Amino acid sequence: MVNIKIDDKDYEVEDGLAIIQACEIAGVEVPRFCYHEKLSIAGNCRMCLVDVEDSRGLSPKPVASCAMQVSEGLKIYTKSERVKNAQEGALEFLLMNHPLDCPICDQGGECDLQDQSMAFGYGSSRFDGDKRAVESKDMGPFIKTEMTRCIHCTRCVRFSSEISGNDEIGSIGRGHDMEITTYLNQAVESELSGNVIDLCPVGALTSKPYAFSARPWELNKTETIDIMDAMGSNIRIDSKGLRVMRVLPRLNEDINEEWITDKTRFFWDGLNNQRIDKPYKRVDGILKPTSWKSALELAKEKISNSKSEKISALSGDLVDIESIYALKKLMKNIGSDNFDCRQDGSRISGPPERWLFNSTFNGIEDSDGCLIIGSDIRKEAPLLNSRLLRKSRDDEYKIGVIGFNNDLTFDFNFLGENPSIVEDILIENNNFCNDLLSMKKPLMILGQGALIGKDAQNFQNICIELAYKFNFINNDWNGFNVLHSAASRAGAMSIGFFPSGKGMITEEIISNYNNNKLDLLYLLGADELNLEKNDDCFVIYQGHHGDIGAQIADLVFPAAAFCEQNGLYMNTEGRVQESIRSTFPLGEAKENWEIIYLLTKEMSIDIGFSSLNELRNQLIEEFPIIDPYREFEPLPSPKKDEFNKLNGHQFKRIINSYWQTNSIARASSNLSKRNNYIKEENNR
Amino acid sequence: MTVKRLADNQDINFKFDNKDLKFLNSLLENYPKDKKQSAVVPSLFYAQRKAGGWLPEKAILAVSDFLDMPKIRVLEIATFYSMFNLQPSGDHFVQVCGTTPCWLRGAENIKKACKDYIGQEREVSKDGLCWIEVECLGACVNAPMIQINDDYYEDLDYESTVKILKDIKNKKNIIKGSQIGRKSSEPLERD
Repeated sequence: MVNIKIDDKDYEVEDGLAIIQACEIAGVEVPRFCYHEKLSIAGNCRMCLVDVEDSRGLSPKPVASCAMQVSEGLKIYTKSERVKNAQEGALEFLLMNHPLDCPICDQGGECDLQDQSMAFGYGSSRFDGDKRAVESKDMGPFIKTEMTRCIHCTRCVRFSSEISGNDEIGSIGRGHDMEITTYLNQAVESELSGNVIDLCPVGALTSKPYAFSARPWELNKTETIDIMDAMGSNIRIDSKGLRVMRVLPRLNEDINEEWITDKTRFFWDGLNNQRIDKPYKRVDGILKPTSWKSALELAKEKISNSKSEKISALSGDLVDIESIYALKKLMKNIGSDNFDCRQDGSRISGPPERWLFNSTFNGIEDSDGCLIIGSDIRKEAPLLNSRLLRKSRDDEYKIGVIGFNNDLTFDFNFLGENPSIVEDILIENNNFCNDLLSMKKPLMILGQGALIGKDAQNFQNICIELAYKFNFINNDWNGFNVLHSAASRAGAMSIGFFPSGKGMITEEIISNYNNNKLDLLYLLGADELNLEKNDDCFVIYQGHHGDIGAQIADLVFPAAAFCEQNGLYMNTEGRVQESIRSTFPLGEAKENWEIIYLLTKEMSIDIGFSSLNELRNQLIEEFPIIDPYREFEPLPSPKKDEFNKLNGHQFKRIINSYWQTNSIARASSNLSKRNNYIKEENNR
Repeated sequence: MTVKRLADNQDINFKFDNKDLKFLNSLLENYPKDKKQSAVVPSLFYAQRKAGGWLPEKAILAVSDFLDMPKIRVLEIATFYSMFNLQPSGDHFVQVCGTTPCWLRGAENIKKACKDYIGQEREVSKDGLCWIEVECLGACVNAPMIQINDDYYEDLDYESTVKILKDIKNKKNIIKGSQIGRKSSEPLERD
């Protein structure tokens, strides 16, 4: 700790901080454009100039506070006449070539340059020459560019090399002719590219899908969480009236830091397309609108006419914990154990430490090596990939990959495609073993793709054995991680929405469905199943999009999407967070839990709750792990179990098309444009 | 200074052959093993020489391949330094120094000579001549001066410049260095 003075007040701050960070902690505002906490320091905007005084006296000229560290006894002046002059000068130079097009600029109202000109600017300009104009660049379907506005802070350039890792954006030319661009106007390929829109302090990079649609002060802002992947990124949904206009990240150092994926950022237009806004029932092979009353009556009739062991339910990837819990209670009441949440066929089961990300995302920072098994981590959790990228900058940090040899933006040792390599490592018959042995706190990341098929449990046991052998698990470290890609999976698993002992798993439900052995199938937002219509089985689909699930349904209940209702979600670490309603359910749609509640009421079943609050209390009482207000604690290490030699176990790719992994994403034209962009680029 | 862009006409074959790779690898020895990207400027310069005085896109890609660098980073370097030409620069690339000492000694006349004899700046003439104005080339004592490919021609005026350009066209022998017969930069006798 060092003692410093900021504007004549004493502060004690950590050693090694930049002056600008110390000022931040002290609550003194220093204007900046190029400095960003998560990026390396560039020091090129000169906006953060301050005066410093040490034992040798006042600095001869103002210094850039982002590029100088605090030291003992340093006196910092942020508001002196000279600093004010310097900042006004810097701004005047920046504004020299910046167009006065704020009224037609999308950044207006949330523009750093606008705000800081108001707060620190000179008020008028002495420049009467010609302003420079720069060609706008094509950066693909997400990023709109207006390069004349660019002030060359190079935040986007640093982001593309340090966070997204693709090195796609750069600055060409020099001096007056410097331009920010991608290589020859190619579209950016990164899954995190949208973050440069937030990073850009001016309106040079703005959101293409959101262009000219709203001003920031007109929007209702809801702080909620994202369910496009299982990381549970914290987001803010901005809505206007009944429409979601855009999605922005929120700061959460434990989960997403301050980034979100492009899928999260741009899925919102999918909420307006292909929506189910009223109940439908199938009449003569065609789905026709009906009323809630007749829909519920039909469901009751079909359920009571079916044999309980021939009724089964599957839950999808976007469903909140409460409604899965309600469905589980309904199924138990009917007397059926045939329910499953693992619609991709994954065979995870057992206590939570066997299927959660035990080290937590922050644990990655402490780790000193990584072994990725059967996971295409860049597609399954791009933000996690970015954290690994940061670690991989250290040459000592070794990353081994078994399974899929894809471009992960960093270098790794590809050990092979075959799951049996894990067995080789276990008997130390692999080149990577030496690296593993030298690690003190390695991470093991098991993808869902590694846990599909009959031998999955056995395979997981081998991995746990391996974890104990190579320090993945020891007394003060638990680096055994299972990565999910479906937002609702961990939550559904933790309330036991999978058959234990009796009851059918997804695979059996599907084969029974195809072999006409099923009377009734209840799909709670389950779309990723690839089923054909089968007239012998009555299918009830409850969901918000007319997607694959609704196509085979005989009865469709319109439900709210995740941002139209409150609901709990557990992320892949086991962290429980609440998704908050930002807009209202569309048309006659109802909240997910309420639909199941109404169905039980229709069937005269006493399910024990009649409001979301009652449901949640009951749920938390039965499963304390779901309590969102509980302190987030690490789980115990998974126990060793018996295992046999692998027998034809194969890895399966669970994400084939990153931009189309769920029903909302498939309905989004933003994301499908991006998807087609990749195809066009590949064809070229 | 103008905005630098890749040339429209990229119709040129460019590939590093074994001899080139041998030389480029020898360049790498000047730098630490894990910092081979440091060799980007000499590699590009070599590529420019190989391609005939300019950098086609294929050369930029070849260098980015060779050094395992993202292509945008190589493009950044190629557009940053003024000695990398992204446009074809002819067989005889004339760089006219226009910085203050040369300008005071009559660089404007040299530029006029080039304009009259070769044509517009940056355009390659039929004879394979091309000229641009550059910043100080470091031969101020013999100002004004021009650089043609690798050689300096100093103590020029309008007539001597035109003579040099004509001699190049007619493939005559030209004396390099001072055009008024002085040795390197020995003092001139005052009139």
